[in-house]
Amino acid sequence: MTFVKGKSHIFFLAPAILIMAGVIIYPLLNVIWLSLHRRLLIFDISKYVGLDNFGFLLRDDRFWNAFYNTVYFTVISVSLELILGLSIATLLNRTFTGKGLMRSIILIPWAIPTVVSAKMWEWMYNSDFGILNYLLGVNINWLGSAFWAMNSAIFMEVWKTTPFVALLLMAGLQTIDGDLYKSARVDGASGWYIFRRITLPLLTPVILIVLIFRTLDAFRVFDAIYVLTGGGPANTTETLSIYAYKVLFQTLQFGYGSTISIAIFICVGIITIIYVRLLRRGME
Amino acid sequence: MRRLCFYILLLIVSFYCLGPYLWQFITSLKPDAELSRLPPILPDNPTFDHYVSIFRAHPFFRIISNSLIVACSTTFISLVIGSLAAFALAKLDVRRKRLILVFVLSVSMFPAIATVSPLYIIIRALGLRDTVFALIITYTSFSLPLTIWILTSFFRSIPHEIYLASRVDGCTVFQSFYRIILPLSAPGIFATAILVFIFSWNEFLFALTFTSTVASRTIPVGIALFPGLHEVPWGDIAAASVVVTIPLILLAFAFQRRIVEGLTAGSIKG
Repeated sequence: MTFVKGKSHIFFLAPAILIMAGVIIYPLLNVIWLSLHRRLLIFDISKYVGLDNFGFLLRDDRFWNAFYNTVYFTVISVSLELILGLSIATLLNRTFTGKGLMRSIILIPWAIPTVVSAKMWEWMYNSDFGILNYLLGVNINWLGSAFWAMNSAIFMEVWKTTPFVALLLMAGLQTIDGDLYKSARVDGASGWYIFRRITLPLLTPVILIVLIFRTLDAFRVFDAIYVLTGGGPANTTETLSIYAYKVLFQTLQFGYGSTISIAIFICVGIITIIYVRLLRRGME
Repeated sequence: MRRLCFYILLLIVSFYCLGPYLWQFITSLKPDAELSRLPPILPDNPTFDHYVSIFRAHPFFRIISNSLIVACSTTFISLVIGSLAAFALAKLDVRRKRLILVFVLSVSMFPAIATVSPLYIIIRALGLRDTVFALIITYTSFSLPLTIWILTSFFRSIPHEIYLASRVDGCTVFQSFYRIILPLSAPGIFATAILVFIFSWNEFLFALTFTSTVASRTIPVGIALFPGLHEVPWGDIAAASVVVTIPLILLAFAFQRRIVEGLTAGSIKG
């Protein structure tokens, strides 16, 4: 029995690799090229300027503002999602009637298009006729004040993505052997003790994987905030992706916009490397 | 007592998940005059005007069909290309398999914003701006990593003996792929299809950049740029949001098990 080796198998992989190379890898290399130019799309100007754009980036206050906003958004929303998601997952990790229904309900915020969720929340945050001010009996200008705007965006993000976190953690919880709990109970361990000493350590790899996904997604956030506030008021909710997008497609500076894109790419790379290291250590 | 507590907590979680959507639904039934009044929470004179308006006064039909074309084509193409690649990675003797898988995974981590400027230039140069084709090809390549990753994990779970037996029985590599492996992993393929469909239905950044008219505009862009004369037409936006989310809610209710399987296969098992 001779199996055809090597060569013919490349035909199975070729279409996928070619299309990813053409649409993702090539543009990624191209963006580096673009970042070394001063390029204004409207006038068809393109001039090689070396690393000038990167020098400008380091001195650009608006870039650092966007960087700080993105970090704040990522850290706060991912922490809240983890806490809430873990609570929901622990709550649902048992057998009860209507579990399937409950899972479907939890999937809904995740399935709703981000743009639709941003519009929904924009309407709920409305300072004059918004349901939130009415139900809470307060009069807060959620999206118009520098302090509340970013936090409002975070609430929305947490609402939308906690279900995803909860579902993945639930899947992780199910892999934990039920006997461990039983014997711990027999030994007289309290619920909190069991959670801290059994559940949490065994769940750590899954938590780390969930954190990778969520951190990267939050760091790249675009649609949610772009539609909710457009980066305002006074750039207080402008994240890196929104800043890059505005430079690229509102001022049409393709050179400098690409430089910001590369900065985002580098940040994402660093975050990934840190998490992968943590994950490797956790596995050992 | 404990039971009661548990169900109250479930109720709170459900309300948390459904509340915003419910409010959007209530808003969509309120006539314009009632939108700027609170209380009452429920509409005094519920009306379907907003639903009529989004189809009569706006090219909403066109936008929905664009989205359907884009999402269905993307799902189909990525499944065909992705399942071939996943089959090779799961069952065939491919060199540097790990390297390819790591490459695929790292591609899925790339920020879309980092590729949007060159892609825009290429698409403009090819004259593909404002066509659904530009979106389909972009979405396909961005959903391929997920597709390959999930399907590889599903294909791997099929015992290797089954594949070998089919080869011994005289199937070519390709025959054993589409006659044996594909049918056996139908649930996995289905789960992947739903995830890719939802991704393409919801994508915003590329859709916003590559489209400029209703000729290719998809739902997220249509809703984000909802035209209003003097003030924001909240009632119409609410109606539009409800309509475009219904397919997703149906998917969530009908196939929750599959979706969760797909999500976990895509992340945890890997």
